[in-house]
Amino acid sequence: MSRQLCTFYLNGLYIGVDVTRVQEVIRYQEMTRVPLAAPEVRGLINLRGQIVTAIELRTRMGFPPRPDSQLPMNVVIRASWGNVSLLVDEIGDVVEVSEEMFERMPETILASMRDLFLGIYKLNQQLLLVLDTERAIGVSDPREVRN
Amino acid sequence: MTLDDEILTEFLAESRENLDLLDRELVALERDPAGQHRIAGIFRAIHTIKGTAGFLDFKQLESVTHAGENLLSRLRDGHITLTAGMTTSLLSMCDAVRLILTSVELDGTEGGADHGELVDLLNSLHMAPSAFPRPAPVPSVESVPTPLLLKPAPIETTTTVAALTREPTAPEVITELRETAVAETSVRVDVGLLDRLMNLVGELVLARNQILQLVEQRDSAFAATSQRLNLITTELQEGVMKTRMQPIGNVLNKFPRVVRDLSQSCGKRVEIEMEGAETELDRTIIEAVRDPLTHVVRNAIDHGIEMPAARIAAGKPAAGRLSLRAFHEGGRVNIELSDDGAGIDPERVRQTAIRRGIISVEQAARMSEQESIALIFRPGFSTAEQVTRLSGRGVGMDVVRTNVEKIGGTVEVHSVLGRGTVLKIKIPLTLAIVPALVVTDDGERYAIPQVSLLELVRLEGATALAAIETIQGAPIFRLRGNLLPLVYLRSALGGAQRVLTEDAVINIVVVQADDRPFGMVVDGVNDTGEIVVKPFGREIKGVSVFAGATIMGDGRVALILDVLGIAQRSGIMSAARDRMRADNKAQEADQRPRQALLLFQIDDESRLGLPLSKVARLEEFSRDRIERAGRRKVVQYRGDILPLIDLCEYFAGTPTSTVGDSIQVIVYAENGRRFGLVVRRIIDIVDDTPEIECDAASPGLFGSTTIQGRVTDLLDVVSVIRTVDPALLEKRAAA
Repeated sequence: MSRQLCTFYLNGLYIGVDVTRVQEVIRYQEMTRVPLAAPEVRGLINLRGQIVTAIELRTRMGFPPRPDSQLPMNVVIRASWGNVSLLVDEIGDVVEVSEEMFERMPETILASMRDLFLGIYKLNQQLLLVLDTERAIGVSDPREVRN
Repeated sequence: MTLDDEILTEFLAESRENLDLLDRELVALERDPAGQHRIAGIFRAIHTIKGTAGFLDFKQLESVTHAGENLLSRLRDGHITLTAGMTTSLLSMCDAVRLILTSVELDGTEGGADHGELVDLLNSLHMAPSAFPRPAPVPSVESVPTPLLLKPAPIETTTTVAALTREPTAPEVITELRETAVAETSVRVDVGLLDRLMNLVGELVLARNQILQLVEQRDSAFAATSQRLNLITTELQEGVMKTRMQPIGNVLNKFPRVVRDLSQSCGKRVEIEMEGAETELDRTIIEAVRDPLTHVVRNAIDHGIEMPAARIAAGKPAAGRLSLRAFHEGGRVNIELSDDGAGIDPERVRQTAIRRGIISVEQAARMSEQESIALIFRPGFSTAEQVTRLSGRGVGMDVVRTNVEKIGGTVEVHSVLGRGTVLKIKIPLTLAIVPALVVTDDGERYAIPQVSLLELVRLEGATALAAIETIQGAPIFRLRGNLLPLVYLRSALGGAQRVLTEDAVINIVVVQADDRPFGMVVDGVNDTGEIVVKPFGREIKGVSVFAGATIMGDGRVALILDVLGIAQRSGIMSAARDRMRADNKAQEADQRPRQALLLFQIDDESRLGLPLSKVARLEEFSRDRIERAGRRKVVQYRGDILPLIDLCEYFAGTPTSTVGDSIQVIVYAENGRRFGLVVRRIIDIVDDTPEIECDAASPGLFGSTTIQGRVTDLLDVVSVIRTVDPALLEKRAAA
């Protein structure tokens, strides 16, 4: 059993998402800010007439913000209620991985981050983390809901 | 999809339509049993279902419809006359067919339900000899259901009466022909496909807008082509919008059945009449008004229309009349529901609202009748004294109002006590494309739907800044003499307060939320135009200040402001509600039973209290309104005679001395009767846990307690009345 992962880089990490979940990968788009929304919601983009929420994966994972000089890329994920875009640093290749290379996340990794991943594929050159897309696109409560 | 599947889907859709027709026609037939053309239509609808059921080998369905068809053929041929029992069983047949169809749709089987009893009932009905034999019995048609067109000779040989009953034969032919013609020019289209088309047209409109912006920089040939594109797009948009339009009758036509079932189950008689069922609306809106409309119709029957006996006593016909009217007006659709029932009693509404803690007694006393009636739309209000099967389950008029407002509509209610109630619902034609004003603030564009827009105010020059006054930090603007609360959009959206400089231009967008106007201060006002409303992801759904998003001419996304959400967030709406919540919290903290007491004086020194729950209203009457009835002092009050009891006269023997020409009266309700207690002055309303600390010093008092640190006597109103005039306490016979 092998599967294909669409890969990207984020704050030095090599991360993959199941290809079947990816609608498309597009370069940086201008965004419309959404006041009062959760901090990881960077804005709304127009994807050929469909309105897609862009989620800053760095904020989602608690990483420092991306340097201003570097424009993010959009990885558009299919969700049951529509599409959601994940903002990442750089796009990698589509790689094929097999089950025997898979291992669960080590316990030593911070739980808040560990929860966002399904596990690790041990590739020859480096480790490939598999994103739990459901959790990654599930936004924490917007501020307004809390108060 | 295989061929069989296609036939099945077609059968299900067609049968549903036929069932809706049956519901409607059966109820209509019950009212007008002589309507031969109706019976024929009903017969045809059942016959179609039965035929296809046989073809597709649905045995249960076939046997149920067969029994119904037999009964109808007897009715059609005049062997028997329709009774209420027959209508009910025919309607149950429709329900049984629906049940089977749902099961067929789910798993392809007819389901486990046993309809044998219903079949027996239907059979027994058509076997039974009719108590009212009709003229012109046509022999031997029972076994062969002969179509009306081929009715043989007996017409000529029988009496003229019989000929008259056969007359509908001629129009019958025409109807049939017309129906075939309609079938050939229309096609069934999947709703999902229409929605996709609508989205694509939305796209096209946006692309067109972008091209029009580019045109200015190009040559004239390109401009001409763009113009054509513009025209075609607009026409296409209108055309596709039209395909999504459905007559509101799709919702209204269900009501005769609902009304019949409901009125029968609560023992009332209600006639419904409908007008404007052909009025067209976008299907999304039709879906959205279905539930609110059903709810108000149920309400009208449950609370509005009285029992037949009560109606006759009030001089009205025994059967209540419910009228539903739909019509276009000013680009919107109005739906009016009126009944000739008991109407809404503003007094009772006020009392309930006070009891539920929705308003305070002081607020209630200041309210006009219209304002009082509008209280039924407040959350937590339900006048039903008892929870009935139909309504009073906590889903009240506030839900109706919220649902209507969600689609940009409004609801209002007018009622005359004893005469009836009119409910007016106004809704937009479509949700997909709405006119809006685009504004800029903090570098972003926002769209404000025109429906909530009142006017635009622009302040400039040296006086601009001074025109905005503040009270406790809350900015206020005087608009033609009225105070208009202001909201800086930037702060409402969580941004930093805008620093206004001396030469600033201030743009105020005056909007209204829930009938309350307020001004939104924005950086700039751009333009008005039609925007295509798009849903946004659930990541943003929790942010109540936005109603949706749209794509602007330049391809960028702009958010649509939800004016109601902004008003609530900025505290414009919630001030009163928050205060109430705080009060409720304070009450919860103290678990001892508390009682609201009305404190008043009957002379300069006294201090008395009585339970607020018994106080109907506080009134002020001018002295010259006091009249005499026997030895009683009375005033005419709300079409009634209100006996007055002067408390000072009771306790001190001298009439209450009042300042000026008016008297203060506490209207007190006991045993379904009302009395006016004349007092010197109302002091306050307090919430306390009154414990009698000292026994009564005088008859007519329960005893004394301390309230707000002062000794207060608790009035025993019943004992006072008993001493003054015991006859007043007797229950009025016909009250």
